Amino acid sequence: MDYSSFLQMREELSLIGVMIFLLIFDIFASKNLIKYFQPIAFVLFAVHIILNCVPRDAFEVAGGMFQYHPMQTYIKTILNVGTLIVLLQAHKFLNNEENKIKRGEFYFLIFSTLLGMYLMISSGNFLLFFIGLETASIPMAALVAFDKYKNNAAEAGAKYILSAVFASSISVFGISLIYGSTGTVYFSDLATLITGTPLQIMAFVFFAVGLFFKISLVPFHLWTPDVYEGAQTNITSYLSVISKGSAVFVLFTLLVKVFGNLIDQWQPILWGLAVISITIANIFAIRQKNLKRFLAFSSISQAGYIILAIISGTAIGMTSLVYYVLVYVFSNLAAFGVLSVIEERTGKVALDDYNGLYQTNPRLSFVMMLALFSLAGIPPFAGFFSKFFVFAAAIDQGFYVLVFIALLNTIISLYYYLLVIKAMFLTKSETPIELIKSDFPLKLSLVICTMGIMLIGLFSAIYNQIAVFGFGI
Amino acid sequence: MQYTLLILVLPLLSFIVLGLVDSKWKPKVAGTIGTIVLGIITALSYYTAFEYFTLHKVAGVYEKVIVYDMEWLRFTDALHINLGILLDPISVMMLVVISTISFMVNIYSLSYMDGEKGFQRYYAFLSLFTFSMLGLVVATNIFQMYIFWELVGVSSFLLIGFYYTKPSAVAAAKKAFIVTRFADLFFLIGILILSFYTKTFDFTILTAEHTTVFAGTTGITFMGFSVLSWAMAGIFIGGAGKSAMFPLQIWLPDAMEGPTPVSALIHAATMVVAGVFLVARFFPVYYFQTPEVLHGIAYVGAFTALFAAVIACVQTDIKRVLAFSTISQIAFMMVALGVSGYEGHEGTGYMASMFHLFTHAMFKALLFLGAGSVIHAVHSNEIKDMGGLRKYLPITNWTFLIACLAIAGIPPFSGFFSKDEILSASYEFSPFIGGLMTFVAALTAFYMFRLYYSIFWGKDYTIKASSHGHDDHGAGHTPHESPFAMAFPLIFLAAVTCVAGFIPFGEFVSSTGADYHIHINLTVAIVSVVVASISILIATMMYRKQSTTPDKLAKIFSGLYKGASNRFYIDEVYMFITKNIVFNNISRPIAWFDRHVIDATMDGFANTTQWVSLRIKGFQSGQLQQYAYVFLFGTLLIAVLLFIF
Repeated sequence: MDYSSFLQMREELSLIGVMIFLLIFDIFASKNLIKYFQPIAFVLFAVHIILNCVPRDAFEVAGGMFQYHPMQTYIKTILNVGTLIVLLQAHKFLNNEENKIKRGEFYFLIFSTLLGMYLMISSGNFLLFFIGLETASIPMAALVAFDKYKNNAAEAGAKYILSAVFASSISVFGISLIYGSTGTVYFSDLATLITGTPLQIMAFVFFAVGLFFKISLVPFHLWTPDVYEGAQTNITSYLSVISKGSAVFVLFTLLVKVFGNLIDQWQPILWGLAVISITIANIFAIRQKNLKRFLAFSSISQAGYIILAIISGTAIGMTSLVYYVLVYVFSNLAAFGVLSVIEERTGKVALDDYNGLYQTNPRLSFVMMLALFSLAGIPPFAGFFSKFFVFAAAIDQGFYVLVFIALLNTIISLYYYLLVIKAMFLTKSETPIELIKSDFPLKLSLVICTMGIMLIGLFSAIYNQIAVFGFGI
Repeated sequence: MQYTLLILVLPLLSFIVLGLVDSKWKPKVAGTIGTIVLGIITALSYYTAFEYFTLHKVAGVYEKVIVYDMEWLRFTDALHINLGILLDPISVMMLVVISTISFMVNIYSLSYMDGEKGFQRYYAFLSLFTFSMLGLVVATNIFQMYIFWELVGVSSFLLIGFYYTKPSAVAAAKKAFIVTRFADLFFLIGILILSFYTKTFDFTILTAEHTTVFAGTTGITFMGFSVLSWAMAGIFIGGAGKSAMFPLQIWLPDAMEGPTPVSALIHAATMVVAGVFLVARFFPVYYFQTPEVLHGIAYVGAFTALFAAVIACVQTDIKRVLAFSTISQIAFMMVALGVSGYEGHEGTGYMASMFHLFTHAMFKALLFLGAGSVIHAVHSNEIKDMGGLRKYLPITNWTFLIACLAIAGIPPFSGFFSKDEILSASYEFSPFIGGLMTFVAALTAFYMFRLYYSIFWGKDYTIKASSHGHDDHGAGHTPHESPFAMAFPLIFLAAVTCVAGFIPFGEFVSSTGADYHIHINLTVAIVSVVVASISILIATMMYRKQSTTPDKLAKIFSGLYKGASNRFYIDEVYMFITKNIVFNNISRPIAWFDRHVIDATMDGFANTTQWVSLRIKGFQSGQLQQYAYVFLFGTLLIAVLLFIF
């Protein structure tokens, strides 16, 4: 057997290399060297990103088990950059005395989940897909419970793993039904074998809810706020951005590649899910007093908007989806970055604590404002363009009512995003949060995010470049 | 000549830097940086002019050169918006005018604005204005011009409202912005109609001599005029707004609330001639395609010239006299364009208009800066607070006199040459317009010398018991000559005014780009000089010494006097139209609809959202068992719904 074709899985191999090196380094490095653990990790990961950011020609490994498409390079790079930003933001947290000993684990776990997402994205077979899904979920539960002696974190970890297992089991049940009705789990074969028999439709529904759980669409979202609130903030941001970003991409590719014949079934499902996700999440977000829960609901409604890109199933939809994820990475991570540094230094996460933040921390408030404006979709920030393209993709396929409902919802979302901005800039406070001195990696991450928010929308070349590899039905 | 791009980039950079650092740098530093940048731009502009006029003459004709071009937005293959730099005789001339005046104003402001709060902001805005004005004149297409046109409007708004704590300044800034913006609406409509039919924004295509782009407009008429006429009239209205032509002149006198150097820069020399420049830019289109609009421009200009000159005779605020005189002089340029022919000797009007634009910019800036120097000395704008100042302000006195002689059209000062060309072009077009313009020229001479004598001669200056607000002078002080930074621009501009008339202007700028030799029409010249001298004589008799003649005259013509000093109630007419007609009959109903229908809908929306939010909050119970239950239920519901429908 020729194993050289495995070498083509460059992204996965280089990530595994980084992981193993860091694991060994963490265990065996001397006291002097261990101080440089985080800088070395950043550099290695950055090298990994740069090495793997150029799209290659499509290929298959292991008889179609692993399928590469150039678009995957873009989504993987976006996830990589997002992960790097999360790591930069977590730098201070991991340097705390009680966490120092665990930071090797932190990196190893994060990279494991990332590897799982890679496998999900590139899989050409339901088995590899399922392995990827679990590789992404199980270490994630460990990450959520990273502060294992804190009640909140432990509770969140338990909730996450139980929910995830529940979702996976339903999903795997769906896969078994697919195998039962067609006799194969290879995507390329399934595309023609799935013809829309009732059993296959049933199988599809069971399978898909596993991904809906990952994307946290209503009504499969109930775990989200509790887990987001309990987990350490940097993990929350990773969960809300990277994990979600990979899942939506996978959902799109599977719907197009495998379930293309069921388009008449999945379009109405997605239609309904998008509407209730956006609406319910918005309605809940209005009431939130805890900013982490608030951002949890905000991310659920953002997921609803992404569904608008998926529902079209076209190449335009694919392009707008990747673009949306790109912008969402920067906007949401900017918001979480500010949130995490404030929680890390002062332990405050309530909306009322943010009153008068501008008086003491003008720069952090400014970044937060940009991030929220971008999430709300206000021009000229990137969020406006990403929403615009997503809506355009849906309009293109005639989903006028859906886009109208989504537009109405952006008004509600604007209201609650502005609530935070109002608290920071307008409401005066007797005891505002004191001046926070950010560390260098955090500053760097916020600068990257801010640049992303302000510039991505202005360079149309980015969208056009993504569009080159767009594919759909 | 790629380096011309620097002429645009430098002031923009200067604006961004000065605007960002604001009060973090010392005022001196900001002022010096602004001035040095302007100095560099001026040098570059002069070099551009030198290189253009020596190198780009092909077969006796100055060609249009596009030295930089970038496609910015593409709509169709034919219709796209470019950003670039177009050099031709008028844009190069404008570069020289704008950068010179702007440089002078920057130097002057170093001293005039010294100690003002927001000094750095002032310099940032000056840079922004210079950037937009330069961008406007080098635009390669109408759309680029429109972008910079609006930027000019914004920076003018910012500078007029510089003293933003003063309600009158804020009101004036708003008025200027709204009036010009209203006119720009027609400009935009004009652009849209024009580009819709011609499928291009490009000046070089639109103004080519034998162009076919207008073929699509033939035969399409609207209310008796061709559609192209409507477009060009709309574009002219935009120009009329910026250039303060009747009836859109109302903003300019109020704009004098801004700092005086700003008035010199924007409201005398640069922004207000943008309308003239616009018409000149489109001149071939006006001349070949829509001559009726061109003639309309001539009549509007002639009326405005007379109207503003009459008002200028009775104003008592020196800056307002200058403002009305500006309106009147710009109207001269409009008339000249309106009456102009195209080729050879016929093109006198075009050349004269540009020539007058050039000379007027210099001497009017000089007048404003001189007025600023006077105001600086006596802390008042009113004529009654002045008189006999020649002893105290010798430099201001002499330079102001030179400028007055220039604007009155006395040789050998620059105004004589350009005005003479305008008059002779007018006579060739129609004796009526020619006669009218000669009369306006006489009025000009009269009111300028009324102003001159009232400031520098007349009654002796009485030192006031206590001067207000000027602490360092203690109680009362004698007016003193301005410092060097203010005196230098006066002297420089006076020198230019003395010699500019001898520039063989026609060799550089003409309607076709070919040489045009200026002949002075002796009859017209002698008549106008004599008339101007008589006017000056009358002014001398009335105002040199204190006398009662002016009051008597005011009584005899009391109707005219009252009308003119109230600016013929045009402002009141505007107030009536906006307040009583527009506000009551249009805005109120719309406001009602907005409050009771649109807002109510939104309120209902919000209330419903809140209500639903209260009802469903129990869902998020925190119990995992329930979550799993909902999850499963949701899955099954989807499956069931799929099979039912």
